[in-house]
Amino acid sequence: MTWLSNDLVERLRDVASRPELASDRYVILRPIGRGGMGSVYAARDEQLGREVAIKVSNAAAAADDLDQRLRQEARVLARLEHPGIVPVHDAGLLDDGRWFYVMKLVRGETLADHAASLEHEAARLVVFERVAETVAFAHAAGIVHRDLKPSNVMVGQFGEVLVLDWGVARVLARANRESGAGARGHDRHPDDPIDGTSGGTRMGTAGFMAPEQAHGDSSNAGPPADVYALGALLFWMWTGSAAPADLSDVSRSLGAVSPAPSKRLSAIIRKCLSHAPADRYASAAELMEDLARYRQGSSVSAHRETTIERAGRWLVRYQTFVWLVLAYLVMRVAFAFLR
Amino acid sequence: MKKPVLGLLLGAVLGAFDGLTALATPEVASQIVGIVIGSTLKGLIVGALVGWYAYRVQSLSKGLLVGLVVAAFFAFLVAAMPQPDGRHYWIEIMLPGSIVGLIVGYATQKFGQGRGIVAR
Repeated sequence: MTWLSNDLVERLRDVASRPELASDRYVILRPIGRGGMGSVYAARDEQLGREVAIKVSNAAAAADDLDQRLRQEARVLARLEHPGIVPVHDAGLLDDGRWFYVMKLVRGETLADHAASLEHEAARLVVFERVAETVAFAHAAGIVHRDLKPSNVMVGQFGEVLVLDWGVARVLARANRESGAGARGHDRHPDDPIDGTSGGTRMGTAGFMAPEQAHGDSSNAGPPADVYALGALLFWMWTGSAAPADLSDVSRSLGAVSPAPSKRLSAIIRKCLSHAPADRYASAAELMEDLARYRQGSSVSAHRETTIERAGRWLVRYQTFVWLVLAYLVMRVAFAFLR
Repeated sequence: MKKPVLGLLLGAVLGAFDGLTALATPEVASQIVGIVIGSTLKGLIVGALVGWYAYRVQSLSKGLLVGLVVAAFFAFLVAAMPQPDGRHYWIEIMLPGSIVGLIVGYATQKFGQGRGIVAR
Protein backbone atom coordinates (compact mmCIF):
# COMPACT_ATOMS: atom_id res chain seq x y z
CA MET A 1 0.00 0.00 0.00
CA THR A 2 1.33 3.46 -0.90
CA TRP A 3 0.70 6.37 1.43
CA LEU A 4 -0.28 9.66 -0.14
CA SER A 5 1.79 12.66 0.81
CA ASN A 6 0.17 15.48 2.78
CA ASP A 7 0.58 17.80 -0.19
CA LEU A 8 -1.22 15.42 -2.46
CA VAL A 9 -4.01 14.87 0.04
CA GLU A 10 -4.37 18.61 0.38
CA ARG A 11 -4.52 19.05 -3.38
CA LEU A 12 -7.07 16.27 -3.76
CA ARG A 13 -9.19 17.81 -1.01
CA ASP A 14 -8.95 21.18 -2.76
CA VAL A 15 -10.02 19.73 -6.11
CA ALA A 16 -12.84 17.73 -4.53
CA SER A 17 -14.26 20.77 -2.76
CA ARG A 18 -14.21 22.98 -5.85
CA PRO A 19 -17.72 23.91 -6.94
CA GLU A 20 -19.17 22.28 -10.03
CA LEU A 21 -20.57 25.14 -12.05
CA ALA A 22 -23.39 24.20 -14.39
CA SER A 23 -22.40 26.67 -17.09
CA ASP A 24 -18.97 26.82 -18.69
CA ARG A 25 -18.83 30.59 -18.42
CA TYR A 26 -16.68 30.56 -15.27
CA VAL A 27 -13.57 28.46 -14.82
CA ILE A 28 -12.42 28.07 -11.23
CA LEU A 29 -8.74 28.97 -10.93
CA ARG A 30 -7.79 28.77 -7.26
CA PRO A 31 -9.27 29.12 -3.78
CA ILE A 32 -8.83 32.55 -2.21
CA GLY A 33 -10.37 32.13 1.19
CA ARG A 34 -12.78 30.17 3.28
CA GLY A 35 -15.04 31.53 5.98
CA GLY A 36 -17.78 30.16 8.14
CA MET A 37 -20.45 30.92 5.57
CA GLY A 38 -18.79 30.37 2.22
CA SER A 39 -15.64 29.81 0.24
CA VAL A 40 -14.26 32.28 -2.25
CA TYR A 41 -12.50 31.24 -5.45
CA ALA A 42 -10.71 33.18 -8.12
CA ALA A 43 -12.26 32.29 -11.45
CA ARG A 44 -12.04 33.30 -15.07
CA ASP A 45 -15.07 34.73 -16.81
CA GLU A 46 -14.63 33.18 -20.26
CA GLN A 47 -17.32 35.35 -21.80
CA LEU A 48 -15.78 38.68 -20.81
CA GLY A 49 -12.18 37.50 -20.52
CA ARG A 50 -11.54 38.74 -17.00
CA GLU A 51 -10.81 37.34 -13.59
CA VAL A 52 -13.62 37.39 -11.06
CA ALA A 53 -14.25 36.08 -7.57
CA ILE A 54 -16.93 33.48 -6.89
CA LYS A 55 -18.34 32.95 -3.44
CA VAL A 56 -19.99 29.61 -2.84
CA SER A 57 -22.04 28.59 0.16
CA ASN A 58 -20.48 26.06 2.50
CA ALA A 59 -23.92 24.67 3.16
CA ALA A 60 -24.45 20.97 2.66
CA ALA A 61 -27.82 21.57 1.03
CA ALA A 62 -29.92 24.31 -0.45
CA ALA A 63 -32.33 26.10 1.89
CA ASP A 64 -29.76 25.68 4.64
CA ASP A 65 -29.30 28.77 6.85
CA LEU A 66 -25.84 29.38 5.37
CA ASP A 67 -27.27 29.20 1.89
CA GLN A 68 -29.93 31.75 2.86
CA ARG A 69 -27.23 34.03 4.21
CA LEU A 70 -25.22 33.83 1.02
CA ARG A 71 -28.34 34.74 -0.94
CA GLN A 72 -28.93 37.61 1.41
CA GLU A 73 -25.36 38.81 1.05
CA ALA A 74 -25.60 38.77 -2.73
CA ARG A 75 -28.86 40.71 -2.63
CA VAL A 76 -27.53 43.24 -0.13
CA LEU A 77 -24.42 43.78 -2.27
CA ALA A 78 -26.54 44.15 -5.38
CA ARG A 79 -28.63 46.77 -3.61
CA LEU A 80 -25.60 48.76 -2.47
CA GLU A 81 -23.90 50.30 -5.45
CA HIS A 82 -20.98 52.21 -3.99
CA PRO A 83 -17.22 52.41 -4.73
CA GLY A 84 -16.57 50.98 -1.27
CA ILE A 85 -18.63 47.87 -1.87
CA VAL A 86 -17.63 44.99 -4.14
CA PRO A 87 -20.01 44.88 -7.11
CA VAL A 88 -21.91 41.66 -7.80
CA HIS A 89 -21.89 40.56 -11.44
CA ASP A 90 -23.92 37.38 -11.40
CA ALA A 91 -25.55 34.83 -9.11
CA GLY A 92 -26.96 31.35 -9.51
CA LEU A 93 -27.25 27.78 -8.31
CA LEU A 94 -24.67 25.02 -8.41
CA ASP A 95 -25.60 21.52 -9.58
CA ASP A 96 -25.91 20.47 -5.95
CA GLY A 97 -28.40 23.27 -5.31
CA ARG A 98 -26.07 25.54 -3.38
CA TRP A 99 -25.98 29.26 -4.06
CA PHE A 100 -23.04 31.11 -5.51
CA TYR A 101 -22.48 34.64 -6.66
CA VAL A 102 -19.86 36.25 -8.84
CA MET A 103 -18.22 39.51 -7.88
CA LYS A 104 -15.28 41.69 -8.77
CA LEU A 105 -11.94 40.15 -7.86
CA VAL A 106 -10.32 42.62 -5.49
CA ARG A 107 -6.54 42.61 -5.48
CA GLY A 108 -4.95 43.97 -2.37
CA GLU A 109 -4.69 43.15 1.29
CA THR A 110 -6.99 43.27 4.26
CA LEU A 111 -6.73 46.16 6.66
CA ALA A 112 -5.40 43.66 9.20
CA ASP A 113 -2.33 43.23 6.97
CA HIS A 114 -2.24 46.78 5.59
CA ALA A 115 -2.43 48.64 8.91
CA ALA A 116 1.31 48.36 9.62
CA SER A 117 2.01 50.62 6.62
CA LEU A 118 -0.29 53.33 8.01
CA GLU A 119 2.16 55.11 10.26
CA HIS A 120 0.63 58.56 10.39
CA GLU A 121 -2.70 59.67 11.76
CA ALA A 122 -3.70 61.28 8.46
CA ALA A 123 -3.13 58.04 6.51
CA ARG A 124 -5.10 56.02 9.06
CA LEU A 125 -7.97 58.48 9.00
CA VAL A 126 -8.11 58.47 5.18
CA VAL A 127 -8.64 54.70 5.19
CA PHE A 128 -11.00 54.84 8.14
CA GLU A 129 -13.13 57.58 6.63
CA ARG A 130 -13.58 55.53 3.47
CA VAL A 131 -14.84 52.64 5.57
CA ALA A 132 -17.14 54.95 7.53
CA GLU A 133 -18.38 56.56 4.30
CA THR A 134 -19.30 53.14 2.91
CA VAL A 135 -21.08 52.17 6.11
CA ALA A 136 -22.87 55.54 6.14
CA PHE A 137 -24.07 54.82 2.63
CA ALA A 138 -25.37 51.43 3.76
CA HIS A 139 -27.12 53.01 6.75
CA ALA A 140 -28.79 55.51 4.44
CA ALA A 141 -30.02 52.52 2.42
CA GLY A 142 -31.34 50.91 5.61
CA ILE A 143 -28.67 48.25 5.91
CA VAL A 144 -26.53 47.50 8.97
CA HIS A 145 -23.32 45.54 8.41
CA ARG A 146 -22.98 44.03 11.94
CA ASP A 147 -19.56 42.46 11.39
CA LEU A 148 -17.07 45.27 10.74
CA LYS A 149 -13.52 44.30 11.62
CA PRO A 150 -10.02 44.70 10.11
CA SER A 151 -10.21 41.45 8.14
CA ASN A 152 -13.47 42.60 6.53
CA VAL A 153 -11.87 45.72 5.09
CA MET A 154 -9.84 45.37 1.92
CA VAL A 155 -7.31 47.95 0.75
CA GLY A 156 -6.72 47.63 -2.99
CA GLN A 157 -3.52 48.11 -4.95
CA PHE A 158 -4.48 51.67 -5.83
CA GLY A 159 -5.63 52.68 -2.37
CA GLU A 160 -9.28 51.82 -2.89
CA VAL A 161 -10.98 50.71 0.32
CA LEU A 162 -13.73 48.11 0.24
CA VAL A 163 -15.96 46.81 2.99
CA LEU A 164 -16.45 43.05 2.63
CA ASP A 165 -18.57 40.30 4.11
CA TRP A 166 -22.13 41.55 4.27
CA GLY A 167 -23.35 38.05 5.11
CA VAL A 168 -24.78 38.97 8.49
CA ALA A 169 -26.02 42.39 7.40
CA ARG A 170 -29.44 43.38 8.68
CA VAL A 171 -31.95 44.99 6.38
CA LEU A 172 -34.03 47.40 8.37
CA ALA A 173 -37.80 47.17 7.88
CA ARG A 174 -37.84 50.81 6.77
CA ALA A 175 -35.57 49.99 3.84
CA ASN A 176 -37.79 47.09 2.83
CA ARG A 177 -40.85 49.32 2.82
CA GLU A 178 -39.11 52.10 0.91
CA SER A 179 -37.84 49.70 -1.71
CA GLY A 180 -41.40 48.50 -2.16
CA ALA A 181 -40.65 45.05 -0.85
CA GLY A 182 -43.11 45.20 2.00
CA ALA A 183 -46.60 46.34 1.27
CA ARG A 184 -47.65 46.73 4.89
CA GLY A 185 -45.64 47.37 8.02
CA HIS A 186 -42.97 44.72 8.43
CA ASP A 187 -44.24 42.52 5.63
CA ARG A 188 -41.52 41.16 3.48
CA HIS A 189 -41.40 39.61 0.08
CA PRO A 190 -40.23 36.00 0.29
CA ASP A 191 -37.31 36.78 -2.00
CA ASP A 192 -36.29 39.95 -0.24
CA PRO A 193 -33.17 40.02 1.92
CA ILE A 194 -33.87 38.79 5.39
CA ASP A 195 -32.59 39.81 8.75
CA GLY A 196 -31.04 36.44 9.18
CA THR A 197 -31.12 36.47 12.93
CA SER A 198 -33.67 35.84 15.54
CA GLY A 199 -33.73 37.06 19.13
CA GLY A 200 -30.93 35.56 21.18
CA THR A 201 -28.63 35.03 18.19
CA ARG A 202 -25.06 36.31 18.54
CA MET A 203 -23.66 37.79 15.36
CA GLY A 204 -20.33 39.53 14.95
CA THR A 205 -16.77 39.28 16.20
CA ALA A 206 -15.68 39.67 19.81
CA GLY A 207 -13.88 42.96 20.38
CA PHE A 208 -15.63 44.60 17.44
CA MET A 209 -19.19 43.64 18.31
CA ALA A 210 -21.48 46.10 20.10
CA PRO A 211 -22.63 45.09 23.60
CA GLU A 212 -26.20 44.63 22.39
CA GLN A 213 -24.92 42.13 19.81
CA ALA A 214 -22.71 40.41 22.37
CA HIS A 215 -25.76 39.96 24.59
CA GLY A 216 -27.48 38.11 21.80
CA ASP A 217 -29.73 40.93 20.68
CA SER A 218 -28.43 40.96 17.10
CA SER A 219 -31.90 41.23 15.64
CA ASN A 220 -32.25 44.70 17.17
CA ALA A 221 -28.75 45.89 16.27
CA GLY A 222 -29.21 49.13 14.35
CA PRO A 223 -26.75 51.66 12.92
CA PRO A 224 -25.27 52.38 16.41
CA ALA A 225 -24.01 48.77 16.43
CA ASP A 226 -21.95 49.57 13.34
CA VAL A 227 -20.84 52.83 14.97
CA TYR A 228 -19.51 50.74 17.87
CA ALA A 229 -17.62 48.51 15.43
CA LEU A 230 -16.24 51.58 13.65
CA GLY A 231 -15.02 52.90 17.00
CA ALA A 232 -13.45 49.50 17.70
CA LEU A 233 -11.79 49.66 14.29
CA LEU A 234 -10.35 53.11 15.08
CA PHE A 235 -9.21 51.83 18.47
CA TRP A 236 -7.55 48.86 16.77
CA MET A 237 -5.82 51.11 14.22
CA TRP A 238 -4.08 52.91 17.09
CA THR A 239 -3.51 50.12 19.59
CA GLY A 240 -3.43 47.00 17.44
CA SER A 241 -5.83 45.24 19.79
CA ALA A 242 -9.57 44.73 20.03
CA ALA A 243 -11.55 47.19 22.13
CA PRO A 244 -11.90 46.34 25.82
CA ALA A 245 -15.40 46.26 27.25
CA ASP A 246 -14.61 48.87 29.91
CA LEU A 247 -14.46 52.49 28.71
CA SER A 248 -11.81 53.38 31.30
CA ASP A 249 -9.61 50.63 29.83
CA VAL A 250 -10.19 52.21 26.42
CA SER A 251 -8.88 55.56 27.69
CA ARG A 252 -5.94 53.90 29.41
CA SER A 253 -4.96 51.90 26.32
CA LEU A 254 -5.21 54.93 24.05
CA GLY A 255 -3.11 56.97 26.44
CA ALA A 256 -0.45 54.28 26.55
CA VAL A 257 0.24 54.03 22.80
CA SER A 258 2.89 56.12 21.13
CA PRO A 259 2.04 58.42 19.47
CA ALA A 260 -1.21 58.62 21.41
CA PRO A 261 -4.27 59.96 19.60
CA SER A 262 -5.26 63.50 20.56
CA LYS A 263 -7.84 64.12 23.29
CA ARG A 264 -10.49 64.94 20.72
CA LEU A 265 -9.86 61.81 18.67
CA SER A 266 -9.82 59.69 21.83
CA ALA A 267 -13.17 61.22 22.78
CA ILE A 268 -14.58 60.31 19.36
CA ILE A 269 -13.41 56.71 19.83
CA ARG A 270 -14.85 56.59 23.34
CA LYS A 271 -18.18 57.97 22.16
CA CYS A 272 -18.36 55.24 19.50
CA LEU A 273 -17.56 52.61 22.12
CA SER A 274 -20.20 53.74 24.62
CA HIS A 275 -22.18 50.85 26.08
CA ALA A 276 -25.60 52.36 25.51
CA PRO A 277 -26.46 52.76 21.80
CA ALA A 278 -28.10 56.11 22.62
CA ASP A 279 -24.76 57.47 23.86
CA ARG A 280 -23.03 56.70 20.56
CA TYR A 281 -23.30 58.55 17.28
CA ALA A 282 -26.69 57.75 15.78
CA SER A 283 -25.17 56.65 12.50
CA ALA A 284 -21.90 56.42 10.61
CA ALA A 285 -22.79 59.70 8.87
CA GLU A 286 -22.93 61.49 12.21
CA LEU A 287 -19.57 60.01 13.16
CA MET A 288 -18.12 61.19 9.86
CA GLU A 289 -19.34 64.73 10.48
CA ASP A 290 -17.50 64.79 13.81
CA LEU A 291 -14.39 63.31 12.20
CA ALA A 292 -14.51 65.97 9.48
CA ARG A 293 -14.68 68.65 12.18
CA TYR A 294 -11.71 67.00 13.89
CA ARG A 295 -9.69 67.00 10.69
CA GLN A 296 -10.48 70.67 10.10
CA GLY A 297 -9.23 71.51 13.57
CA SER A 298 -12.71 72.45 14.82
CA SER A 299 -14.35 71.35 18.06
CA VAL A 300 -16.02 67.94 18.08
CA SER A 301 -19.31 66.97 19.67
CA ALA A 302 -17.66 64.11 21.56
CA HIS A 303 -15.43 66.38 23.63
CA ARG A 304 -16.33 69.44 25.69
CA GLU A 305 -13.29 71.72 25.59
CA THR A 306 -11.98 73.99 28.32
CA THR A 307 -11.19 77.59 27.34
CA ILE A 308 -7.47 76.81 27.39
CA GLU A 309 -7.95 73.80 25.12
CA ARG A 310 -10.04 75.91 22.74
CA ALA A 311 -7.40 78.64 22.67
CA GLY A 312 -4.67 76.05 22.12
CA ARG A 313 -6.60 74.48 19.25
CA TRP A 314 -7.14 77.93 17.70
CA LEU A 315 -3.44 78.72 17.97
CA VAL A 316 -2.51 75.44 16.33
CA ARG A 317 -5.15 75.80 13.62
CA TYR A 318 -4.12 79.34 12.73
CA GLN A 319 -0.45 79.10 13.63
CA THR A 320 0.70 80.73 10.38
CA PHE A 321 -1.48 83.75 11.15
CA VAL A 322 -0.24 83.86 14.75
CA TRP A 323 3.40 83.68 13.63
CA LEU A 324 2.89 86.49 11.12
CA VAL A 325 1.28 88.77 13.70
CA LEU A 326 4.03 87.93 16.20
CA ALA A 327 6.72 88.62 13.60
CA TYR A 328 5.14 92.00 12.84
CA LEU A 329 4.90 92.98 16.51
CA VAL A 330 8.43 91.80 17.30
CA MET A 331 9.73 93.81 14.35
CA ARG A 332 7.91 96.94 15.42
CA VAL A 333 9.15 96.64 19.01
CA ALA A 334 12.68 95.97 17.77
CA PHE A 335 12.62 99.08 15.54
CA ALA A 336 11.38 101.19 18.47
CA PHE A 337 14.17 99.96 20.78
CA LEU A 338 16.99 99.99 18.24
CA ARG A 339 16.39 103.59 17.33
CA MET B 1 -18.43 88.81 4.18
CA LYS B 2 -16.91 88.69 0.71
CA LYS B 3 -13.14 88.33 0.50
CA PRO B 4 -12.50 91.72 -1.21
CA VAL B 5 -14.49 93.49 1.54
CA LEU B 6 -12.61 91.54 4.20
CA GLY B 7 -9.30 92.48 2.56
CA LEU B 8 -10.39 96.12 2.37
CA LEU B 9 -11.36 96.30 6.06
CA LEU B 10 -8.38 94.32 7.32
CA GLY B 11 -6.00 96.32 5.13
CA ALA B 12 -7.42 99.59 6.45
CA VAL B 13 -7.25 98.54 10.11
CA LEU B 14 -3.74 97.11 9.83
CA GLY B 15 -2.65 100.09 7.73
CA ALA B 16 -3.92 102.53 10.35
CA PHE B 17 -2.23 100.54 13.12
CA ASP B 18 0.98 100.39 11.12
CA GLY B 19 0.82 104.16 10.64
CA LEU B 20 0.25 104.73 14.36
CA THR B 21 3.44 102.86 15.18
CA ALA B 22 5.23 105.91 13.76
CA LEU B 23 4.49 107.51 17.12
CA ALA B 24 7.43 105.52 18.39
CA THR B 25 9.69 107.49 16.02
CA PRO B 26 10.06 110.99 17.46
CA GLU B 27 11.46 112.41 14.20
CA VAL B 28 8.18 111.85 12.35
CA ALA B 29 5.72 112.08 15.25
CA SER B 30 4.70 115.57 14.19
CA GLN B 31 3.42 114.22 10.84
CA ILE B 32 1.43 111.41 12.42
CA VAL B 33 -1.95 112.43 10.92
CA GLY B 34 -0.61 112.38 7.39
CA ILE B 35 1.24 109.12 8.03
CA VAL B 36 -1.86 107.38 9.43
CA ILE B 37 -4.04 108.60 6.55
CA GLY B 38 -1.44 107.55 3.97
CA SER B 39 -0.84 104.19 5.64
CA THR B 40 -4.59 103.53 5.88
CA LEU B 41 -5.03 104.36 2.19
CA LYS B 42 -2.13 102.07 1.33
CA GLY B 43 -3.71 99.31 3.43
CA LEU B 44 -7.07 99.85 1.73
CA ILE B 45 -5.57 99.48 -1.74
CA VAL B 46 -3.41 96.47 -0.83
CA GLY B 47 -6.32 94.82 1.03
CA ALA B 48 -8.71 95.35 -1.88
CA LEU B 49 -6.23 93.92 -4.42
CA VAL B 50 -5.26 90.93 -2.27
CA GLY B 51 -8.89 90.28 -1.32
CA TRP B 52 -9.93 90.43 -4.97
CA TYR B 53 -7.18 87.93 -5.80
CA ALA B 54 -8.32 85.63 -2.97
CA TYR B 55 -11.84 85.84 -4.37
CA ARG B 56 -10.56 84.65 -7.75
CA VAL B 57 -7.90 82.14 -6.70
CA GLN B 58 -8.17 79.69 -3.78
CA SER B 59 -4.56 78.97 -2.88
CA LEU B 60 -2.90 79.81 0.40
CA SER B 61 0.63 79.89 -0.99
CA LYS B 62 -0.34 82.08 -3.96
CA GLY B 63 -2.42 84.32 -1.69
CA LEU B 64 0.55 84.81 0.63
CA LEU B 65 2.84 85.53 -2.30
CA VAL B 66 0.47 88.08 -3.83
CA GLY B 67 -0.03 89.72 -0.42
CA LEU B 68 3.73 89.97 0.04
CA VAL B 69 4.47 91.33 -3.44
CA VAL B 70 1.62 93.86 -3.57
CA ALA B 71 2.28 95.15 -0.05
CA ALA B 72 6.04 95.31 -0.64
CA PHE B 73 5.45 97.27 -3.85
CA PHE B 74 3.22 99.88 -2.19
CA ALA B 75 5.53 100.05 0.84
CA PHE B 76 8.39 100.67 -1.59
CA LEU B 77 6.49 103.60 -3.16
CA VAL B 78 5.93 105.10 0.30
CA ALA B 79 9.51 104.48 1.43
CA ALA B 80 10.82 106.04 -1.81
CA MET B 81 9.36 109.37 -0.73
CA PRO B 82 12.11 111.13 1.28
CA GLN B 83 11.30 112.44 4.75
CA PRO B 84 11.74 116.19 5.50
CA ASP B 85 15.23 115.42 6.80
CA GLY B 86 16.02 113.78 3.45
CA ARG B 87 16.26 110.25 4.87
CA HIS B 88 14.52 107.16 3.54
CA TYR B 89 13.12 104.64 6.03
CA TRP B 90 13.40 101.66 3.69
CA ILE B 91 13.56 98.85 6.23
CA GLU B 92 11.26 100.48 8.79
CA ILE B 93 8.51 100.89 6.20
CA MET B 94 9.04 98.00 3.79
CA LEU B 95 9.62 95.12 6.23
CA PRO B 96 6.53 95.61 8.45
CA GLY B 97 4.48 96.67 5.41
CA SER B 98 5.33 93.41 3.65
CA ILE B 99 4.36 91.39 6.72
CA VAL B 100 1.04 93.22 6.84
CA GLY B 101 0.56 92.10 3.22
CA LEU B 102 1.27 88.51 4.26
CA ILE B 103 -1.28 88.79 7.07
CA VAL B 104 -3.92 90.14 4.69
CA GLY B 105 -3.04 87.47 2.12
CA TYR B 106 -3.41 84.73 4.73
CA ALA B 107 -6.62 86.08 6.22
CA THR B 108 -8.34 86.57 2.87
CA GLN B 109 -7.48 83.03 1.80
CA LYS B 110 -8.64 81.47 5.05
CA PHE B 111 -11.70 83.55 5.78
CA GLY B 112 -14.44 85.34 3.91
CA GLN B 113 -16.79 84.24 1.20
CA GLY B 114 -15.26 83.28 -2.10
CA ARG B 115 -16.95 82.47 -5.36
CA GLY B 116 -19.81 80.19 -4.24
CA ILE B 117 -17.98 78.56 -1.34
CA VAL B 118 -17.33 79.66 2.18
CA ALA B 119 -13.69 79.34 3.21
CA ARG B 120 -13.15 78.47 6.86
